[in-house]
Amino acid sequence: MNETRSAPMTARMTGPLLVLDHLAKNYGALKVTDDVSLTVGATELHAIIGPNGAGKTTLIHQISGLAQPDSGRILFAGEDITPLTMAERAAEGLARSFQITSILPDFSVLENVALAVQGRSGSSFRFVRNASREEALNAPARVILNQFDLLPRADVPAGLLSYGEKRQLELAIALATRPRLLLLDEPLAGTSHEESARIIATLKGLKGTLGILLIEHDMDAVFQLADRISVLVYGRIIATGSADEVRNNPEVRSAYLGEEAA
Amino acid sequence: MTDAARPVEQSVPAAAPASLRRIMVPIVVFAGLAIAPWIAQFGTESFILSLLTRVMVLGLAALSLDLLIGYAGLVSFGQAAFIGIGAYAVGILASHGINGIALQTAAALAASAIFAAITGAISLRTRGVYFIMITLAFGQMLFFLATSLAAYGGDDGMTLPSRSLFLGYDLLDSDRALYYVAFVTLGLVYLACRMLVASRFGRVLRGARQNPVRMQAIGFSPYRYQLVLYIIAGMIAALAGVLLANTSEFVSPATMSWQRSGDLIFMVVLGGMGSLHGAILGAIVFLLAEEVLAGFTEHWHIIFGPLLILCVLYIRGGITPLIERTRP
Ligand SMILES: Nc1ncnc2c1ncn2[C@@H]1O[C@H](COP(=O)(O)OP(=O)(O)OP(=O)(O)O)[C@@H](O)[C@H]1O
Ligand SMILES: [Mg+2]
Repeated sequence: MNETRSAPMTARMTGPLLVLDHLAKNYGALKVTDDVSLTVGATELHAIIGPNGAGKTTLIHQISGLAQPDSGRILFAGEDITPLTMAERAAEGLARSFQITSILPDFSVLENVALAVQGRSGSSFRFVRNASREEALNAPARVILNQFDLLPRADVPAGLLSYGEKRQLELAIALATRPRLLLLDEPLAGTSHEESARIIATLKGLKGTLGILLIEHDMDAVFQLADRISVLVYGRIIATGSADEVRNNPEVRSAYLGEEAA
Repeated sequence: MTDAARPVEQSVPAAAPASLRRIMVPIVVFAGLAIAPWIAQFGTESFILSLLTRVMVLGLAALSLDLLIGYAGLVSFGQAAFIGIGAYAVGILASHGINGIALQTAAALAASAIFAAITGAISLRTRGVYFIMITLAFGQMLFFLATSLAAYGGDDGMTLPSRSLFLGYDLLDSDRALYYVAFVTLGLVYLACRMLVASRFGRVLRGARQNPVRMQAIGFSPYRYQLVLYIIAGMIAALAGVLLANTSEFVSPATMSWQRSGDLIFMVVLGGMGSLHGAILGAIVFLLAEEVLAGFTEHWHIIFGPLLILCVLYIRGGITPLIERTRP
């Protein structure tokens, strides 16, 4: 049930896509990340569950470069990316969504996604051509919007979308950067039943094509989607394993699932 | 005196769609400026021409500031420093007998680019009020440097021996010629800026103004784009400085006073941020209002200040959106 024993075959043969190596971070006296080591395989969907305030978002912040760990290393495709900035990590193929929706409210839905495409297609030090008319950026953006049924809303300012639509746009933006690893911070939170179902279906479609680290409170979704699950409590990983292994782990039951049942 | 401004208010067509109304404003502004010299000949021509030339030159500087404020959210309080660099490039070179406008302009652009690169690299590491303060500080630094240039007039400044020469000819000695040089420069820079803000580069900046963290998460480092924009804006303001020196045939530290930087911010806010022609419109209204009020009383500042504040409070978003929204 520990990290090494349950590493999947793919990871063992080609080396994992993401390796967290003894990551630690404190906020004052609070050990928000406490000696966290875990791996995500190149095509693995690895879920992290844990109670509120366990340090899940802070962990994603450190992987994406929004926050710096106090100690430990982050390896991406074998390279130590700990010193890289957030933008540099994104350019390497590391995309993330935000728990608190983070979009460009004045831009149209299409432009939000096209700009993410632009981030991965050539230089943006181009000063003459009208970017919003570049089909090379708009066409891939429309394909992704279609995947989320957002195409009819393409010309709406993103700030005017409903909450659930914004959550989907958030995901669409992350995907538009053509990532090798997707970090998702509670993509289902606050979405309607139908929207959840659509996002879960999209994630199932993506599964196996890239690495995904998924933070989610919706246990049904996690148990459906995840290859492996890690349980984070007070900044520590107390268990990693398959859905069944985690479900039946007594420590997890008392620390987390038990609380939920009660 | 309000020839350039009057057609604007009357120009809103009855049921024009929003997009048409949006291009109507710049068209009317530029058309008004194009025919103003013809109208000016029926009045005190040299006074009107020199006033409107000044309006366009400061409109050019306001345009550069709108790039920073309106499109990148960077409220610079030191934009007049770049006007000063342009003006002093003309003044200093002229005092050494170098009168060609090409060389003077090249020197102004090079000096402003270097100054912008150095001060921008430092200022852009700060945000909000700190950015305002540090750009103000760099502006003041240059101001006091200019006052200490005893060889070039120090506090008092210096009168130019003549206006700049164009390929060795004194074309600019004609007020009309200078007017149209300013007009064409403003028009070309306006069109170039239109392209710039719509380009990939401009889109990154507009995105970073709304949400810098999101931009980093999709692979953009806003700092690099903001620095390049800061340099471009500085060079445009220096161009305005070259023209301003020729308009007044006089160069002094006052060209780069902090009050001038403040006036430019007011013009941008008054005209409407983030539209480019709003900045030009702001400059027209600001300078003509100043002129009119100054004709009534020497204490015009006392009226002008509160008037500006009322305008900003009551015409939300400035004059340009007001016109664009108007339905007669
Ligand atoms: N910048 C910060 N400074 C100080 N404390 C912080 C900071 N960010 C987060 N924390 C604290 O760290 C702890 C972990 O926060 P985090 O947002 O990572 O939790 P989480 O697991 O994502 O919770 P949730 O399920 O509610 O999203 C919380 O107690 C939080 O208050
Ligand atoms: Mg969280």
